[in-house]
Amino acid sequence: MKRIGLTILVLAFAGWTAPSSAWEDGPAQVRNCTWCHGMAGQGYTVAPRLAGQRPDYLESQIKSFREHTRDNPFSKQYMWSAVAAVGPLEARDLAVYFASIAPKPASDGDRQLAARGRTIYLEGIPEANVASCYACHGPNAEGVRDIPRLGGLAFPYLKMRLEQWSQGYHSGTGTPMPTVARSLGPAEIDALASYLSFVR
Amino acid sequence: MAAACAVAVRAEEPGVAARHGVEAKLEYCKTCHGLSGQGYRGYFPMPRLAGQQPQYFENQLRAFIERRRSNPIMANVAHVLSPAMISALAAHFKALDPKPFGSAPHGSSELGKRIYEDGIPEANVPACSACHGADGKGQNEIPRLAGQLYDYTVGQLEGWSKVRGQGSAVDTSAIMAPTSHNLTKSQVEAVAAYVARLQ
Repeated sequence: MKRIGLTILVLAFAGWTAPSSAWEDGPAQVRNCTWCHGMAGQGYTVAPRLAGQRPDYLESQIKSFREHTRDNPFSKQYMWSAVAAVGPLEARDLAVYFASIAPKPASDGDRQLAARGRTIYLEGIPEANVASCYACHGPNAEGVRDIPRLGGLAFPYLKMRLEQWSQGYHSGTGTPMPTVARSLGPAEIDALASYLSFVR
Repeated sequence: MAAACAVAVRAEEPGVAARHGVEAKLEYCKTCHGLSGQGYRGYFPMPRLAGQQPQYFENQLRAFIERRRSNPIMANVAHVLSPAMISALAAHFKALDPKPFGSAPHGSSELGKRIYEDGIPEANVPACSACHGADGKGQNEIPRLAGQLYDYTVGQLEGWSKVRGQGSAVDTSAIMAPTSHNLTKSQVEAVAAYVARLQ
């Protein structure tokens, strides 16, 4: 019954959208994503930017929403039902589509904290056992394979995710992020999220 | 009541100054090198440390500190480690024995085995097993290769002289310079795939 409800909702959304040439080359379900993630996938309020994200990461997250392994409140509230009807092939198509859109940096962090954030990103804080982000997320925070691009994501999203890792929420399996995030205090999280929001 | 709660929450709050000692340092090492020291593939491959020879392990950390081995991340990581901490970490990782990380491509392992066991006499490549042991476990200052990440071994053998043996100080890594130079790319890949699967 739930599934039928969702299908009707999906169809309603599909019928609703004004014709727009921007969507003609993308998979049909792109429209359902862009309601929240922004017209060009650049993110909107709590919904993160999808544009330019690593396709393997997007695919793995859709899977983790489907399997309910990514369990932070907004994921539970929005994404679990949003992807319930998205099969593996559609997930791949959506991932490839959004990954191919050029990302724009949110640039909404605190500029004065960006230099401190950059230092933590590149070097970590070895004396306090804070690991370098660069080792996994790359020199320009571009990510690789299923390790996400962080550069240019919105400050509130980055901050919230970094806080949630150490609050016991989960994402994929085998990620070191809960341990990494546990070593970060509020000041380090603000600095990192600020720096990353400006990275192109 | 509210104030008491605030204090309680504050005490629980994760902070950068909260964690010290060997246990905290080990957890830090393992965020990159794998929860069992089996290695991890980030943007860069993070080598397996599990079962590593303590003498090699300690030598490398000193090489990072003394800039004989160049690595932007490990230079900072190693710089804050005391000699006692280095020894404690070396002993801990030596005792770990997880399964290899995996992810080596299949196919070239036969050639890898041959190079590992017999070398390539016509190209002046000695048998790896002569120093690293038939089982790839290494000894003393000669590292364990068994179970090492494929990408890591490939990267090291291809860039040997660029990252190791820097500066004027004597460094045991010089032994590998001619050998790494004499291996072709496909031979490097074959050997790396072979040792990646050794348990």
